[in-house]
Amino acid sequence: MIQALRSAMDVMLGRDDNVVVYGQDVGYFGGVFRCTDGLQAKYGKTRVFDAPISEGGIVGSAIGMAAYGLRPVVEVQFADYFYPASDQIVSEAARLRYRSAGDFTAPITIRMPCGGGIYGGQTHSQSPESLFTHVCGIRTVMPSNPYDAKGLLIASIENDDPVIFLEPKRLYNGPFDGHHGKPVVPWAAHPMGEVPEGHYSVPLESATVFRAGTDVTVLTYGTMVFVCEAAAKASGVDAEIVDLRSLWPLDLPTLVASVKKTGRCVVVHEATRTSGFGAELVALMQEHCFYHLEAPIERVTGWDTPYPHALEWAYFPGPDRVAAALKRVMEP
Amino acid sequence: MSGDPLRLHVPEPTGRPGQGTDFSYLRLAAAGAVPRPPVDVAPLETSDLAHTLLRVLDDDGRACGPWAPQIAPERLRAGLGAMMKTRAFDARMLIAQRQKKISFYMQCLGEEAVAVAHSFALEPGDMNFPTYRQQGLLLARDDVSMVELMCQLLSNQRDPLKGRQLPVMYSYKRAGFFTISGNLATQYIQAVGWAMASAIKGDTRIASAWIGDGATAESDFHTALTFAHVYRAPVILNVVNNQWAISTFQSIAGGEATTFAARGVGCGIASLRVDGNDFLAVYAASAWAAERARSNLGPTLIEWVTYRAGAHSTSDDPSKYRPGDDAQHYPLGDPIARLKKHLIGLGIWSDEEHEQTAKALDAEVSAALKEATQYGSLLDGHAPPLATMFEDVYQDMPAHLREQMRQAAEG
Repeated sequence: MIQALRSAMDVMLGRDDNVVVYGQDVGYFGGVFRCTDGLQAKYGKTRVFDAPISEGGIVGSAIGMAAYGLRPVVEVQFADYFYPASDQIVSEAARLRYRSAGDFTAPITIRMPCGGGIYGGQTHSQSPESLFTHVCGIRTVMPSNPYDAKGLLIASIENDDPVIFLEPKRLYNGPFDGHHGKPVVPWAAHPMGEVPEGHYSVPLESATVFRAGTDVTVLTYGTMVFVCEAAAKASGVDAEIVDLRSLWPLDLPTLVASVKKTGRCVVVHEATRTSGFGAELVALMQEHCFYHLEAPIERVTGWDTPYPHALEWAYFPGPDRVAAALKRVMEP
Repeated sequence: MSGDPLRLHVPEPTGRPGQGTDFSYLRLAAAGAVPRPPVDVAPLETSDLAHTLLRVLDDDGRACGPWAPQIAPERLRAGLGAMMKTRAFDARMLIAQRQKKISFYMQCLGEEAVAVAHSFALEPGDMNFPTYRQQGLLLARDDVSMVELMCQLLSNQRDPLKGRQLPVMYSYKRAGFFTISGNLATQYIQAVGWAMASAIKGDTRIASAWIGDGATAESDFHTALTFAHVYRAPVILNVVNNQWAISTFQSIAGGEATTFAARGVGCGIASLRVDGNDFLAVYAASAWAAERARSNLGPTLIEWVTYRAGAHSTSDDPSKYRPGDDAQHYPLGDPIARLKKHLIGLGIWSDEEHEQTAKALDAEVSAALKEATQYGSLLDGHAPPLATMFEDVYQDMPAHLREQMRQAAEG
């Protein structure tokens, strides 16, 4: 997935002179996760460069560049570190078009590795997506595999709205079914690791049925997609797994069609539960599918605690917890 | 160790209601006393300039010293006219607010020279990132009509911002005026980003960032200084030190034992501390900083020492926290009176012309307001179409907003 993300930036740097890429460690070194490796050497120091350790400065300067006419792609080294940039994201990037009636816009893409499963502790594991989906004027995107990662990142860079692009870091090196004791399977050994060269995009606001099924719909995204697949296999429940890909704005018709078809729904995310994005999904399904539901909608999420270091796997909503929920909603 | 218990220091202004201000804290210097270094001066060598006060006009209205700029008489008259226009506009809008024609207003009384003279030193295409007290940047131009500004203040059907912003939060890309946020300091680092972009593209345009003394305490200010220094961004970093942030004296923002200009030197940025009520000094310092920026010499921080002669906004009453007659005692005087005296001394202006100009401007402002109010106002029941609430949130309206717009229309 790292190569896919790098390829997306490579393609866009090559196609559009207004694209610039910067953030902490992204220049000469190529990023702590290597996502920008080689890009500075290829495009030069004024297109790909290092930034001071200041998330507010990185995002704030990107807004100014966008107002000038550039299309910045900036990296916040971990999603856990975006908080100093909150004012620039929420009060500025998100509302620039609105408050100026289109006089100024902020077509910026803010990449952030998110999620746990790497023993990162409470400051390298968070999934803050619901803090973004609550903000009107920005788009929140999270891929679950290399093909989507490249296509969604290109679509995000090409989009004229500010985009929060969350990258589940546990998926950087391979799909993850939640069985953390097993060795990592590289993407090269998985069909979804096949990423075309050159330009292509995966449209925003488009969810995908990751696994077709008939018994219950699982609404999920990011790291949890493969975990849910493993849970479906283990539980014997024929779950239809919908990968949201774009969290907000959202492809509601795809979600509603699936839930109406199966009549049951489990919402799964790694982020903490209360006021998480799952709450919004449950509310939407209740509004749109109430008369088709045959069981209460379940949520499987991280607990409402900081992300722990030693107890990481007790926190992580692994395949056993998902499987148990699938079985519960199938009970007559 | 003295043995005394520890004490928390909470700064106080030197004046309060009923007790006149001791303005000696301002650290003034004589007009003409400050040297003018070449534009390629090393930033650290501007340390003295950041602690003194650059002045050109002396008390008799004469231009003194190496910073005295060469400005053609017509430009000087235009500068005075733009300051007078700004003051006339503000005065009429304050009345309009009291008449309940507009909901809110912020004047720049006493600070007109800062924005007007600065704008005279910029080039077309340069971009200002202003706060809410730089209306002089717009009123100094002849391509933004007062009627249009008033339509924004009135939130009426010709409001270019569709009623989405508080009065005075203008946006004029075509006039080099970035959309005003309302959240303080955010625009400072954005200005640096805009300037970086101009450098990335090999452009010739520069950015000008604006902030007040109070908001320099925000992290965005310090971040902006770091980025501007690191990337040698072609930007002018203006700090308008008008002594007051609503009721908070500038010492609470950190101006007690140092100057705001000194912040720049500490970050490796060439910095000046300038008499902001001196049109010639503002023009000269701005032109120096602009030349530095345009010559790849990087950012310049300028502290404009001025005085907020009016209230913070129409929601504020400064007599509650500072002497009521403070502005009259401010030692650097009034910018319009000072430039007027200079022009009369040069023989290119007179009291009669001044009076006639003031009258003509009042009439022009009143006529503009009359025209603008024909297009309605928020307070006489005008409201923009409901759809404008949902438009421009995104480039293309997503499905959920189309649905919410439908629901809102149903009432």
